Amino acid sequence: MKALRDRFNTLMSGEGPADRVVPPTGFTASLTLFASAVMAFLAVFALALSLATGRLAHDWGAELARSATLRISAPEDQIEAQTQAALRVLETTEGVATARALGSDEQRALLAPWFGPDLPVDELPIPQLIEIVEEPQGFDAAGLRLRLQAEVPGAVLDDHSRWRRPLVRAAERLRALGWLSILLIGGAMGAVITLAANAALAANAQVITVLRLVGARDVFIARAFVRRFTIRALVGAGIGMIAGCLAILALPAAQDEGGFLTGLGFQGLQWLWPLVVPPVAAAVAFWATRSAANRTLKDLA
Amino acid sequence: MIELENVAYSYGGGELLSEVSLKLSPGSFHFLTGPSGSGKTTFLRLCYGALTPTAGHAQLFGRDVRDMTRDDVAMTRRRIGVVHQDCQFLDHLPLAENVALPLIVSGRDTLQEQTNLKDLLGWCGLSHRAKALPPELSGGERQRAALARAVIMSPDVILADEPTGNVDYEMSQRLMTLLIELNRMGKTIMIATHDLGIIRSTKSQVQARVLRIVNRRLQLAGADL
Repeated sequence: MKALRDRFNTLMSGEGPADRVVPPTGFTASLTLFASAVMAFLAVFALALSLATGRLAHDWGAELARSATLRISAPEDQIEAQTQAALRVLETTEGVATARALGSDEQRALLAPWFGPDLPVDELPIPQLIEIVEEPQGFDAAGLRLRLQAEVPGAVLDDHSRWRRPLVRAAERLRALGWLSILLIGGAMGAVITLAANAALAANAQVITVLRLVGARDVFIARAFVRRFTIRALVGAGIGMIAGCLAILALPAAQDEGGFLTGLGFQGLQWLWPLVVPPVAAAVAFWATRSAANRTLKDLA
Repeated sequence: MIELENVAYSYGGGELLSEVSLKLSPGSFHFLTGPSGSGKTTFLRLCYGALTPTAGHAQLFGRDVRDMTRDDVAMTRRRIGVVHQDCQFLDHLPLAENVALPLIVSGRDTLQEQTNLKDLLGWCGLSHRAKALPPELSGGERQRAALARAVIMSPDVILADEPTGNVDYEMSQRLMTLLIELNRMGKTIMIATHDLGIIRSTKSQVQARVLRIVNRRLQLAGADL
């Protein structure tokens, strides 16, 4: 660990004499800086997407799993009796925390988005809804269905799993896509930096020849290049990360109406995640430049 | 120190050098002559491990070149000072830093060696050019700087390819004096040149042997030179 820290310190300590052996390259330097900034910016977004969809999948799964609905469709004169029977069944069902028949006001509110506020609920043959709140361990839906069939023929149990599953699955896919994007961004950044490093190595062929002639080991030559690209990637990714975070801060806050799109962002400790981006970018640059340098040097006399 | 045994080298096509055997012992002084294109530079390259013989064995400091890793070769170069015909430098660094480059790459403290560096530059007549960039130097100045760079590590062996090619008579005498001085300190010297005048004037000061590349082979030239 100490050896590693020492290596890191020598890597990061400012311009030593060893650094000056490679001529400064203004243009490619700023390009590398720009590329890593862009990659970090995108990585922050992919990260936000992954975390937000992960959160979403969890929330949807948890919220919907805790509730179920019982729908009773029966001739008008039997509805009241069947509702009472259903409530009795539910009260004795293990795993059901509360069961409550919705009042007509609540039913009207539920239907309002579809039929408008002036719906005469009382005059329509609308099924009675019973809201079931589950205990954490949940209840046996299949068993409950059988019992209801026997005692309340007009009851249909909807435990929401039918439309919960595709939603949760979609959210999980999105999250996987987000992580995949992060991997791809990292790979693309490695490729860009490898190209830049190869260009730098090719442009400095004479420098490398001279250094070899006077007895420089490959490690020494590679280090001069590796340090530059690592620092550039670190600085660039830092800038990109800050820009990405600011952009996410500027997004409108999560709203019920907006659904998941406006929920894109970080919450609480998740804000620490973007901080990981610059060091990872630096590590990618370090590895990419080092392998490029070693590959190039091996082919030289 | 440097031992070649039946060494041959070809760049593809025919062999440029064949059946070359030579043993450079410590403190020896050699000249290498031959028509241009005869393989003098290739021979020198074999001597510092830049080329691996296509046949035969080359040993540097008791180790076969074929068994050496790239790092081994690098460490060997710190003990062999090389002056190329076309001296290459790091064009973005001033001359003084270029001369001190072997110290930098071997991790020596350049501050401690400042006096050495100053003396050396003075010796080569480069003190006033210490801050100049290599592209600003004349051919002769580059040659002298390359020699200074080759000797700053106080190597065991100095290989020079036409070190007096671009300098006037007076300066070439001066460079030779430096090389003779180093030889007296026990360094092994090998100089590729076709300047017979230099060889003659040097032979009067040290015991130098003259090697000649004729028909791809290395011969010890007669006493007539």
